[in-house]
Amino acid sequence: MSRKLSEDEYRKTKSFRLKQWLDGTKDPFLDTVEMNAQKPFEEEPEEKKQFDQERKTRLAKWVYNPKRNRDVNTFRSLYRVCAALFCVFLLITLLTAVSWLPTEGEEDRPVNNEVSERYIESGLQETGAVNIVTGMILDYRAFDTLGESHVLFAATMTVLILLRLDRDKDKKEQHANDRVYEPKNDVILQTVAKILVPPIFIFGIYVILCGHLGPGGGFSGGAIIGAGLILYVNAFGFAKTERFFTAKTYKVTSFCALACYSLSKCYSFYTGANEIESVIPLGTPGAILSSGLIFVLNICVGIVVAGTMYTFYVMFRKGGY
Amino acid sequence: MQIFTCILLGFLLVCAISVSLSKNLLNSVLIYMSYSLVMSIIWIVLESPDLAITEAAVGAGVTSILFFVTLKKIRAIMDEDEGEDGTQDEELKKIKEEEAKGGEENE
Repeated sequence: MSRKLSEDEYRKTKSFRLKQWLDGTKDPFLDTVEMNAQKPFEEEPEEKKQFDQERKTRLAKWVYNPKRNRDVNTFRSLYRVCAALFCVFLLITLLTAVSWLPTEGEEDRPVNNEVSERYIESGLQETGAVNIVTGMILDYRAFDTLGESHVLFAATMTVLILLRLDRDKDKKEQHANDRVYEPKNDVILQTVAKILVPPIFIFGIYVILCGHLGPGGGFSGGAIIGAGLILYVNAFGFAKTERFFTAKTYKVTSFCALACYSLSKCYSFYTGANEIESVIPLGTPGAILSSGLIFVLNICVGIVVAGTMYTFYVMFRKGGY
Repeated sequence: MQIFTCILLGFLLVCAISVSLSKNLLNSVLIYMSYSLVMSIIWIVLESPDLAITEAAVGAGVTSILFFVTLKKIRAIMDEDEGEDGTQDEELKKIKEEEAKGGEENE
């Protein structure tokens, strides 16, 4: 034995204990850190008695009480009768109102006034849009559309305030919740999305750009693009869309679109009110670059609507992106 | 054309009534979707294609998707063999554990 320490001293060192543990002769954690076994749950007789008593009284009061049940039944039947009466009342009111409407096709209907005549007769010269409806929405009544776009933006902001999740724990839980219903990498969905999403986007852009030539316009085109974005995010997940569309992108594009709309409309209101000739050319009707501001306004409305639809979806599903 | 319009209007009526009478919320949303689709065809018959495009995109597309997401959030969409007996919750727990494990590994 060429040891410097004696046997007793060696037994006290750490290396000896480690050796023991490695050999398996002694487990250092046994009997030192183990938890005691839990006692089985035992109900206290007092509490059990009290609980049973309460349950009995509750049942007697709310369930096996003939008087109360009679009252509830009367209320229910009365409720049904009242609902039926209300429906009949509403039906009679609405039908009476309809019977007071002027008959279809008469010449002196209030619809046939000079406003619609003006729109139909000189809409093409004044707005340059072949599609009279777009000319009406984005030129004669552009102020209404401006309000609508701002309402959409305000609605998104409200949804953002109400549904946004800030804490990391909530976000994680939401993510786990999401995965129960949305399996990742669904092959059928991904293949269909790969085929369908590009035509949807192209159709949406076409509807926006040709809003002044044919049916369509900013709102419907934007809704189509938003629906395409939702399909894409369903198939490929948020990681793919967040490469090009985040909350910041939405805020910046919406702000730019709304500001562009407001400024261009301010200019045309100013010139219109002061009877100044506008410098924006109307172009030849039927060409893609024609009808003055309508083309630009359509694109602005389309951007706002597409972003709004997508943001609604993301907020409802995940609470923030 | 007259008959076609009448059929469409009748279908519209049936859809509108069955939405309110259907017990299953998911079925209600699906019927509502078909209502919007029929409505968009009626808009085309009434010669307003602008409205038809908007109705198809917003009414049948985006609104129903928002309804679906909301139903999912309030746990109204469930398969018949799960949900009531708690299998859904177990699955959720499993996925949560998995996520937690993954998170630790990443850290």
